[in-house]
Amino acid sequence: MSPNAYLVLSAILFSIGVLGFLIRRNVLIIFMSVELMLNAANLAMVAFSYANGNLLGQVGAFFVMVVAAAEVVIGLAIIMIIFKTRRSASVDDQNQLKH
Amino acid sequence: MIPLITGQVVAFWIFAPLSVAGAVGMVVSRKPVHSAISLAGMMVALACLYASLDAPFLFVAQIIVYTGAIMMLFLFTMMIVGVDSTDSLIETIKGQRVAASIFGFVLAVLLILAVGNGVVTGRGGLDVANAGGNVQGLASITFGPYVFAFLLTAALLMVAAVAAIVLAHGEPLGKRETQAERARRKTMEFAEQGKDPGPLPGPGVYARHNSIEYPALLPDGSISEESVSPTLAVRGVAVVENDGLRAAYRAAVTEFIEVQDENTGSDDAPRVADELADPGAIAETYVEQISIEVAGSDSDPAKEQ
Repeated sequence: MSPNAYLVLSAILFSIGVLGFLIRRNVLIIFMSVELMLNAANLAMVAFSYANGNLLGQVGAFFVMVVAAAEVVIGLAIIMIIFKTRRSASVDDQNQLKH
Repeated sequence: MIPLITGQVVAFWIFAPLSVAGAVGMVVSRKPVHSAISLAGMMVALACLYASLDAPFLFVAQIIVYTGAIMMLFLFTMMIVGVDSTDSLIETIKGQRVAASIFGFVLAVLLILAVGNGVVTGRGGLDVANAGGNVQGLASITFGPYVFAFLLTAALLMVAAVAAIVLAHGEPLGKRETQAERARRKTMEFAEQGKDPGPLPGPGVYARHNSIEYPALLPDGSISEESVSPTLAVRGVAVVENDGLRAAYRAAVTEFIEVQDENTGSDDAPRVADELADPGAIAETYVEQISIEVAGSDSDPAKEQ
């Protein structure tokens, strides 16, 4: 099976991730949309790995997973700190730097 | 002969719609928990696609790391940050939602067109690369040319773990009370105010709820105010309909008194009914009274049986 179908699926998932990132207001869901985009990129890399017949794409996807795990740990810790001080999970309320 | 429909094609057409459905469900769900579950389903579908692409190691890693670790971390945070928080539908920037939808759609079309124009004609298949085993092949690359990148990710993970501990750590506001100090304070309070020096009663366990916001029950079915944290009580979450809980106790006592009247010829039933109608003050003394009466008439329960 040609990798094009996988790449199209990856493009669709990435666009849905961008859409969620832009239209949702809950910071947790925005964060999940970022994870969705990372997953879409991973799928593209694994598909390319399959098409090219070597494992470099899979190694790349593995590194993306590691970095995503680190990113989630830090991001969620920051979200919790913001929630402790502001009692809100909405990005619209994090506008205090404006004033 | 080249088969027209391979297992890979079947897997793709099963799991690709599932993953898209999970992604769409994540974006459109109003509740964060529904979003998280949709995303977990989408990640499992992607893991199955990895399996169909000759990537068994990534298949397992995707399930363990993403659906196992990352999504559970999301759910834990959600439990703290507020499961009930739903998005407001008020747009801060006018027309942002429509503009974002158009942007996302156009982006999808552009990406798909780009993929369609740049046709990838790979020979396909990882049979040669996976000949010595997928994990062994990945290891020979990760610990070969990319060993420095691997060491960097180790440092990154360590820094992330330390940072999470530092961020989550809260400085105590006052000095912690030692055991000796607590014992002294409780004894003083008992001597001066007559306050019970024992531990506070724990939260109650009901048939349908065992959360900490449900107060413990006293023997007569009324609630114990002390068993609920004052913070929860102030927020108004610890509201329990006391009268409904006393109904079982009331029925039991009424039945007991009726049987007692029948056996001894006394006429306590109307008085007890009055007392039961006024819950609270009488209840505690009445429990003692019943236990004394039971002790006094030993033969009665045996006779009933």
